[in-house]
This record gives sequence, structure tokens and C-alpha cells, in this order.
Amino acid sequence: MTIALSFLIPIVGALLILAASRVSDNLREGVTLATAVALAINVWSLIPELMSGGRPELQLFEILPGIDFGFQIEPLGMLFAALASGLWIVNSIYSIGYMRANKENKQTRFYVFFALSITATIGIAFSANLFTLFLFYEVLTLCTYPLVSHKGDAKTIRSARIYLGVLLTTSIGLLLPAILWTYFVAGTGDFTPGGILEGNLEGPALGLLLGLFVFGIGKAAVMPVHRWLPAAMVAPTPVSALLHAVAVVKAGVFTVIKVIVYIFGVEHLFAEPSSGWLLYAAAFTVIVASIVALKQTNIKRLLAYSTVAQLSYVVMAAAILKPLAEVGASMHIVAHAFGKITLFFAAGAIYTAAKKTEVWQLKGIGRRMPWTMAAFTIGALSMIGVPPTGGFVSKWFILAGAFESDNYVAIATIIGSTVLNAAYFLPIIFAVWFSREDPEQKLDHGEAPWPMVTALSITAALTIGLFLFNAPLIALESQIVGIVK
Amino acid sequence: MTAFHSHLPVLQVIVPMLTAPLVILLNQKRLPWIVATAASLCAFAIAVTLAMSVMAGQTIQYSLGAWPAPWGIELAVDAFSALMLLVVTGASSVALLAGAQSLDKDIEHHRQPLFYAAWLLALSGLAGILVTADAFNIFVFMEISSLASYVLISGGPDKRALPAVFKYLVMGTIGATFYLIGVGLIYMMTGTLNLADMAFRIEDVADQTPILLAAGFITIGLALKAAIFPLHIWLPNAYTYAPNMVTVFLAACATKVAIYVLLRFDFFVFQPNLVGHDFQFTFFLLPLSLLAILVGSSVAIFEPKLKRLMAWSSVAQIGYITLGASLLSVSGTTASVLHIFNHSLAKGALFLVMACLGMRIAQLRIDNIAGIAQKMPWTMAAFVLAGLSLIGVPGTAGFISKWYLITASFESGAMGIALVVIILISSLMAVVYIWRIVESAYFRQPEEDLVITEAPIPLLLMTWVVVLMNVYFGFAPGVPIELATGAAELLHGQTP
Repeated sequence: MTIALSFLIPIVGALLILAASRVSDNLREGVTLATAVALAINVWSLIPELMSGGRPELQLFEILPGIDFGFQIEPLGMLFAALASGLWIVNSIYSIGYMRANKENKQTRFYVFFALSITATIGIAFSANLFTLFLFYEVLTLCTYPLVSHKGDAKTIRSARIYLGVLLTTSIGLLLPAILWTYFVAGTGDFTPGGILEGNLEGPALGLLLGLFVFGIGKAAVMPVHRWLPAAMVAPTPVSALLHAVAVVKAGVFTVIKVIVYIFGVEHLFAEPSSGWLLYAAAFTVIVASIVALKQTNIKRLLAYSTVAQLSYVVMAAAILKPLAEVGASMHIVAHAFGKITLFFAAGAIYTAAKKTEVWQLKGIGRRMPWTMAAFTIGALSMIGVPPTGGFVSKWFILAGAFESDNYVAIATIIGSTVLNAAYFLPIIFAVWFSREDPEQKLDHGEAPWPMVTALSITAALTIGLFLFNAPLIALESQIVGIVK
Repeated sequence: MTAFHSHLPVLQVIVPMLTAPLVILLNQKRLPWIVATAASLCAFAIAVTLAMSVMAGQTIQYSLGAWPAPWGIELAVDAFSALMLLVVTGASSVALLAGAQSLDKDIEHHRQPLFYAAWLLALSGLAGILVTADAFNIFVFMEISSLASYVLISGGPDKRALPAVFKYLVMGTIGATFYLIGVGLIYMMTGTLNLADMAFRIEDVADQTPILLAAGFITIGLALKAAIFPLHIWLPNAYTYAPNMVTVFLAACATKVAIYVLLRFDFFVFQPNLVGHDFQFTFFLLPLSLLAILVGSSVAIFEPKLKRLMAWSSVAQIGYITLGASLLSVSGTTASVLHIFNHSLAKGALFLVMACLGMRIAQLRIDNIAGIAQKMPWTMAAFVLAGLSLIGVPGTAGFISKWYLITASFESGAMGIALVVIILISSLMAVVYIWRIVESAYFRQPEEDLVITEAPIPLLLMTWVVVLMNVYFGFAPGVPIELATGAAELLHGQTP
């Protein structure tokens, strides 16, 4: 019942938003917030059962023999759903401030598709098998398209076309055959602890199938299928913040982890040499995306390339194929989500208050927007992995996993990318706080509207909170490891 | 089985056929439409009853005039014909229920009785092809349905329909003649016209040459009717310039009925009896299907006229259907039959959307529908869903048949991988041509202010009924799959 409600609440919410928009904007925003809160409470109410080892499930119907449409919740999916639904509340507060202050049009469409995107995200998180996951994966792509193309001018539509083109091409061209192949050899696509391919598929074919999955899951943005993410930055900032730092991209890496753990089976994959390339592909993406980020001058594009790098961090951690690294991978989903949403919130706040979009315009802005820039600093430190932020925790686990298997490529990549992250974030932080303001810029602005500042303060606090209080999360995610062992 | 029940196969044909002259006599305003719709619904109800009996395990046989086969004409309904009857009568009923306003717009009032009579004759002919088990009878019904559909296509105000229908008429007549020559040759060698009897007797024919010749004539004749690449050239213009509702009806079923006859003949009569008949499938039908898929989709991508775009997409989709059959496996044929059903749903819905747009816009071109989604939100939402079904996105009917087709390709060995690649590439091409329309309707600004409203309620309602069926059969495809599997097993000579 709770599972069914997790879908009904946002869908009904979307309809109510539509209805409420006829009455007043305040009511519409009220409905959005109420829906977000109701969904989060509903999703979080499942956590205790998961902690005690339960696996709630909801089998709806069999579509074809062997192919079910159904849901089953396991720790990884729980984490992802709890994260997305929780941050939706914060993001809704932020959206209200952003959309009103920037006088965006078609706000009702925006909120409706936002709610539908969250529904699809929950669907991905709770899927019991590859088929159900694929269905929601495609729904998420389609529901986010109107959000990306929100502005509606020619440039935006061009970018939105890249977004849709890359995501649909990879999913239909690579992910779908991978799923069909899996069903064909294993006779099932159910997510099963320990995987379903052992004894069904061996040798180089396994490495090939892994390739179809990893590059087919375009949302994970492993190079060269990362182009859609910078293109998606034409969307309003709340979309970039929740969808392209949390829901959509995390749906990608979540699917990668899920496939590695529950379809391939970690040990089966570890024993197969032809799967080794994944680590290198991810490591390559981490380093190259970080270098590209160094050269970006637009704040949101810089953050996008940073996201590409950080996503491959998760993929690389999963590809280390050691229990501690899998925990690190799932922790990094959370840590990066908190940090990156904060950074995007800050970027949107800067745009709203000062109409600034470029890195070089930020000199001395810290004195005018102390709250925003403090949050930005915390987010940036988390990206680098400096204590006391959440980014440190996940890096710790990934490094521990890498040492466990003496994986020096991974260790070197982590060290190298930390240096690169520092190289592109620290100069910004320095300029923001210690440089003199450019006198030619328009200077008469303060903080962004209060809902935005509130939202970014909350996520910044969460980033630090994750460093201090991470025990329950690690206990939950260790259950995946328990299965892996 | 009650006495009435046992007459259903013949009633399937008789009801629309005898209503047709009745309709001509009616010239009150709405009466012809009401009677034609009622007859079509009646035929649909018969088809549903027949399908239920078939699913309960019966093969329904009926001897016309109580003359036993092979002397008399036999009617037979099995899983394949039951599924096809559902498609044909369903498409006709939906188009009529939806189409009163749209047809008022296209057909002058005084010509309406004749028009609806032609419609019923087309329906009767198509249903006749499906129920009969007699090769010559198929020809007769084929002529009835073809002549009636020439009338339907050229019935609208668009004069460009006339050259289009002339091309269709010439090619259709050649096709029918070829078919008749083939049937004549077989009759000469076997002395029978009953399909089952024919299959039984061909084995004993000493000289196989006339039979081979017959197979060639029949296959090519039917391929013309079925618009199998490269014999498809009559199709795009005929679909484009026909009245919108006629396109809904004929696009969903006319070519597919020809494919039905083709599959019947090739699998039932020739395949078990002719040495090396596989050759035809592997070296002709398979490559031609792939060409149809790729060429049809490519042309659709660059086509600015909406209905022509859809027609080219149909050429590609017919390629999927024949591709499944050319794999020569039960699973391949299941995919093929299933795709006949699912594609009718998707394309029927899309052409209904075209009819909705046609009510409000004179020239259906991609540029002319810029920004129209604001004015016709329900119509365009229906388009998006039906388009997803055409692409084959999970959760829609189109996905189910693609799934079967891909599974069947995988099973056919090393070559199967290449087929899967082509199927997926063409799915992506479908994304492109569907998305061009979506993008124009939703995300482009209209050039001038559009003063239009949503389509008429009955039309919109039926469009959504079909769209929701696309979704329903995407999640609960049990019935079509059962019938399609039954049909495939029959065609491959396996008793279900």
C-alpha cells in the first residue's frame, strides 16, 4: 500500500497542481509543497522496515511470460527514493522563490512535469526488475524534456534536442538490447541478490554486455555519452539542481550500481577479466571531465562538468567491485547530491539577485551574499572531499575499497581528481571572499529572495550533517554489502 | 452451439453487405451514418463472439448452402482470422463512430448514402476475405473490397486523390489479376479451390512447374496489394489524399488483409509442399522487409506532409510484419501477427489524430501545426501517446510486438544480431519523425495567432479510446498474444 501511495501521491499532486492553478498561484505552490511533504513522509515511513531487513514488494501483473510489472524495495533503491523525495521539498521551496523572482512563464507546466519526473524517479528506485526500471527510465527522459526546453527559444530547443537525442538513442540503441539479451540468456530480469548471470553468460560476452549497459544508461554520463548534461543546463536552475544534480543523473548511476550488484553479481563480474575496462572508462571520465571543468567560464556549465566527473566517481567506485567501495558508491550518491544541489541553488541565487552567470563576475560577491556564498563554499569543499563535509565520508569508503583490492588506478584517480577539483573550486572561493569587487558591475544587490536562501542553507547544513551523522545510512547500505558477501 | 451461433461466420459478411443497398435508399440527414455505424458495430460484435469461441478452443467451420467442402464453399474461422476480424471490424466501427463530423466536411450531403454504402461493401469484402477458406472466393471478396475502397479514397474533395487512386487501381488490378492467374494454375493442376484441400493435393501433383509459377504469381500479386516494398508506391498518395476517416479505416486494415492472405497461402499451401520454398523468404522477403523498414523510415523523416509521413511510416511498419514472417519460426510469425494487431492500434490512433487536426487546419503540414498544442491539448497529448506506441516504448502495445520481434531475431542465430541492430536503428528513426511533429506542435511559436478550438467531442473521444487501448494492450497483452500464438502455430502446421 505504501508503495502504491508513493506513485499515487505525486500523480494526484500533479493533477491537483493543474486544478489549483485555475484558482491562484499561492494555492498551486501550496499543493506542490504539500505533495512533496506527503511523498517524503510516505517514502521515509518505509525506512524502518528496510533497516530490519524487510523487502516490501508490490507485484502488479505479468505483462509477458517472465516479464512482470512490479516493485521491490531494497536498501539502494530506498536510499535513492528517500534522497529524491526529501530534496524535492527543499527544491520546491527554492523553485517558488526562483520562478517568481525571475518571472518565468508557464509555471504550472513546470510544477506539473516536476511532479511527474519525481514519480518516474521513484519508479526507477523501486523497480523489481529491468523491464519496470526501463519503463520508468524512459518516462523520466520524456517528462524532463518539457522542463529542459522550458524557455522555448531556438537555442534552448536545440539544446533540449541534444538532451533528448542522446538519452533516447543510448537507451533504445544500447540499454534495450542489453536488457533483451539479459532476459534472453537468464530468462528473467528480476533484481536478485548475487546476480542472475552467473552460469548463464561467461567470458568476453559479459564484458560486452556490461558495455551495453554502462553506455546505454546515458543518464550516468560516462564519456562519451555525457554531452546531454551540459546541454541540459539551459533549463531553469531548480531543474538543474534537483534533476541534473540529483534525480536524473543519480537515476543513471543508481541503475549502473543496481545492474552490477543485482544483475551481474559483484563476484561474478570481479572474476571476469573482460569487465576490467569499466574502471578505466570511469577513471578517464573523472579526469577528463575535471580538466574540461577547469576551462569553463559559465558557472552552470562548470558545475555540469563537475557533475560528469562526480558521476563517474560513483561508477568507478562500483567498478572496484569490493564491498566497501559499493558502500562508498552509494554514499557518494548522497554526498554529491547534497553538495551539488547546494552549488546549483547558489548559482541560481546569484543569477536571481545579480543576473550573473559567469565565474569571472563573482569577485567579492561574498560580502553581498554571505549566506549564499557560505553555502557555495561548503558545497565546493564537499566536492573536493574536505572534512567536515559529506564528500569526505564517501571518498573515505571508496579509497578503503580501492586499497582492499590494491587498485592503484582508482587510488591515483581519486588523488588526481581531488587536486583538479581543488584547482577549479578554490580560486572561485578565494575570489568570492577576498577579491575586490569589479567596479563596472552593477553593485546594488543583496541576497536572493528568502525561500531560495532558506533552501540552500538547508542543503548546506545537510552536507555538513552527513559528515557528522552518517551511521544510520552506512548501516542501511552495508546491507547491500551483506548481500554481496 | 446454438443454431444462430453456427451462422456467425456468414453473418459476418452478410450483415454489412445487405445493409449497403439499404443505406442507398436513406437520404435523411443522419440516417445513412446511423445505419452504417449500426451495421459496422453489429459486425464488430460478431467478430468478438467469434474470437471468444476461437479462444475457447473451437475452429469454426461453415459450409455455405450446406454443400460440404471441397465441393461447396467453406467458411472457416481460426485464431488468425478471428484476430484479423477484430482489427477490421474494430477499425471500421471506430472510424464511423468518430467520423460523422469529419465525413460531413469531406463528403457532400447528397453523396453520403452512396459513400456509406461503399464503406459497408469495403467492410464486407474485407471480412469476406478473412472468413472464407476458398481461394477463388478470396479473389471475389478482394475485388469487392478493392473497388469499394477506390470509391472511398476518391470520395473526398481533394482532387489530388484522383491520380492517386488511379495508380492504386492500376496496381491493385494487376495484383488481383496475378492472384487469379496463380489460383487458376493451381486449379488446373489440382482441381480444387479449397485451401486445405489444395495443400493436401499439391503433394501429389507430378509436375511442380505450374505450381511454382502459381506461387510466384500469387505472391507477387498479393505483395502488390499488401504494399510490400518495392511494390508500395501506390500507398503514400492514396493514404494522403483520401478523406481522413477513410485513411483511418483503410490504413488500419486494408494492406494487412492482403498480408493475411499472403501468409495463409505461403505457409499453408506452399511452404509444406514445395521444395526449397524457404528460399523465397530468406533471400527475397527478408531483405525486402529490411529495405522497407529503412527506406520507409528515412523518407518519413524528411516528409513535411503529416499524412504522407504517416503513410511512409506504414511502409516501414509493414516491413516489420513481413520481417517477422520471413524468419520462418513460430516466434517470428507470432511477432508478425501481433504486430498486425498492435500497429493497427498505433496507426489507427495516429490517423485519428490527423482527422482531429484536419477538422481545424486545412493543410496538414509540419509547419502549419506550430504551437497547436496550446489550442488542441487533448489531440496532441493523444498524438504523443500513440507516437510512443509506434516507436515501441515500454508500456505501450508497440513495445510488445517489438519485444517479440527482437526475441525471434535473437533466436534466429548470428544473422539475428544484425536484424536486432536494424530494428533498433529504425526505432530511433521513428523517434525522429514522431518528435519532429511533437516539437512543432508543442515548442514552436505559431506564425500567426491560431483561432481554433479542440476537435469535436465524438472524434476526440474515439481517438482517446484507441490511444488508451494502446496503453492497455501494452500492459495486458494476453488476448492478442494468445490469438497471435495460435495463428502462428496454425500457419506452421502445429496443432495448438
